[in-house]
Amino acid sequence: MNSYKEKLFKGITYTASLLAIVILMAIIYSLFREGLPLFKVTRLSDFIFGSAWYPTHAIPEFGALTLIAGTLSVTLGALIIAVPLGLGSAVFISEIASPRLREIAKPLIELLAGIPSVVYGLFGMAFLAPLIRDWFNLDTGLNVLSTSIILGIMIVPIIASMSEDALSNVPKNIREASLALGATRMESITRTIIPAAKSGILGSVLMGFGRAIGETMVVLMVAGGSAQIPGSIFDSIRPLTSTIAAEMGETVMGDLHYRSLFALAILLFLLTFITNLFTELVFLKRSKR
Amino acid sequence: MKKTYIILALLTLAAILPIFGKGNQLTCSGSTTVLPIAQATAEAFMDLHPEVNISIRGGGSGVGIAALQNGTVQIANSSRRMKSKEIAAAKAKGINPTPYAVANDGIAMVLHKSNPVKNLTIAQIKSIYTGKIKNWKDLGGANLPIVVISRDVASGTFEVFNEKALAGAKVESSAQLLASNNAIVSTVGSTPGAIGYVGLGYVTADVKICTVNNVSPSETTVKNQSYPLSRQLYMYTNGKAKGDAARYLLFIQSAAGQAIVKKQGFISL
Repeated sequence: MNSYKEKLFKGITYTASLLAIVILMAIIYSLFREGLPLFKVTRLSDFIFGSAWYPTHAIPEFGALTLIAGTLSVTLGALIIAVPLGLGSAVFISEIASPRLREIAKPLIELLAGIPSVVYGLFGMAFLAPLIRDWFNLDTGLNVLSTSIILGIMIVPIIASMSEDALSNVPKNIREASLALGATRMESITRTIIPAAKSGILGSVLMGFGRAIGETMVVLMVAGGSAQIPGSIFDSIRPLTSTIAAEMGETVMGDLHYRSLFALAILLFLLTFITNLFTELVFLKRSKR
Repeated sequence: MKKTYIILALLTLAAILPIFGKGNQLTCSGSTTVLPIAQATAEAFMDLHPEVNISIRGGGSGVGIAALQNGTVQIANSSRRMKSKEIAAAKAKGINPTPYAVANDGIAMVLHKSNPVKNLTIAQIKSIYTGKIKNWKDLGGANLPIVVISRDVASGTFEVFNEKALAGAKVESSAQLLASNNAIVSTVGSTPGAIGYVGLGYVTADVKICTVNNVSPSETTVKNQSYPLSRQLYMYTNGKAKGDAARYLLFIQSAAGQAIVKKQGFISL
């Protein structure tokens, strides 16, 4: 009887994990099946390095460089904002705050991660963008800076929470050894504890990067949507995700424009896949140690 | 945003209705601009003829036309005339697309309320959207950079604007592309140097309409086509409309149908 139950349980969990993998494979397969035919018409180098995105023009052009530049600029901007904030709050919660404050602060920061992205987008569009426009006396507040700030705030909880885990997991003997050798609290945090938690912190940053690069709603609402390579942080841009979201609704299934959007999705998939792979390797390295 | 909800609601309806429907099924899909007209007239028509069941989907003019070509819908809604390429593709499949005008619509050029510019010529609009004129002072306005706002290139409104105002020229790459008429109105309304274009039915008090070639978009100027950015909205059927489709199209073109068209913010035939 017991062994029967054991087997059933094993079977259910096995099927569940197998199904997840099968579905993932099916998604990847359909992505490539729908997207790759574009390259019968457009050269791969023109697609990646071409800077003219005119998919519905009489002579269509599919140059994704401006879209890639848009995605990378706001993702980088988000990291510049989120890494100091996230790491700072992680150090405070893990090393400096009293146990009671820690009990309150940690769940609170994790709660931030649960806010739907459309709410962040609305906030950015209705409050932050006009503010930025007036502060810097710009023509439009829908630009790289506003988008980076919103995306940055979105990924702070990811970086803070995962970095805090990594810092708390630093073994007690390392901390005590450091203090015993006469290091001050600050020296021991910056020279001993953070280096010891290095791979966990790096993993959290890569995780935040992956989240920011795939975010769609916020960039659709706040980035402005100009397909250009940004010359400054005050230019509007058009990331890969918002291009797919905005244009997919009105394309005809199977035509060239439809294929080109799937090709963009392949690019995006490869970018996030490589990031996740990298994250995985960083974590594997840590757990082996 | 509002449009998205309407589309979602319609999609749900479209999925549920066939379960309950006993009568004759009529399916149409296509332009999101024509969607409110199709929806409102279909409701009124089904009140008069409960035995007919009309389901309506959005998706865009191109999607509706493709669906008509594939024979999956009886009526394709389109905010533009079919392209010769699309007609040829339909004929190759044995489909003979026939247009029925259902309403008139004007594309209004909208500016921020503080902008003193009152009129733009088609040539000036083209220069603005292709990036040749970059400051309002070249157009008799203040010394203020122009923020060019356009619709997504996949929308029917963009296609008509592209054909009538830009003669097929490419919009400069620094133009902001927004996803809906509503988004354009709210962005232009809050950006002093902005210029945008929207369907006449979407203009609100937050923005200022500027005349084009000294003609203001009104019921008369759109009807007699003297306003340069006017268009007709169509429903396409395969061959001459028959049966329920014919009755539905006749209803839209009737006085009662056209009253609904006006109520939706469009201009009657």
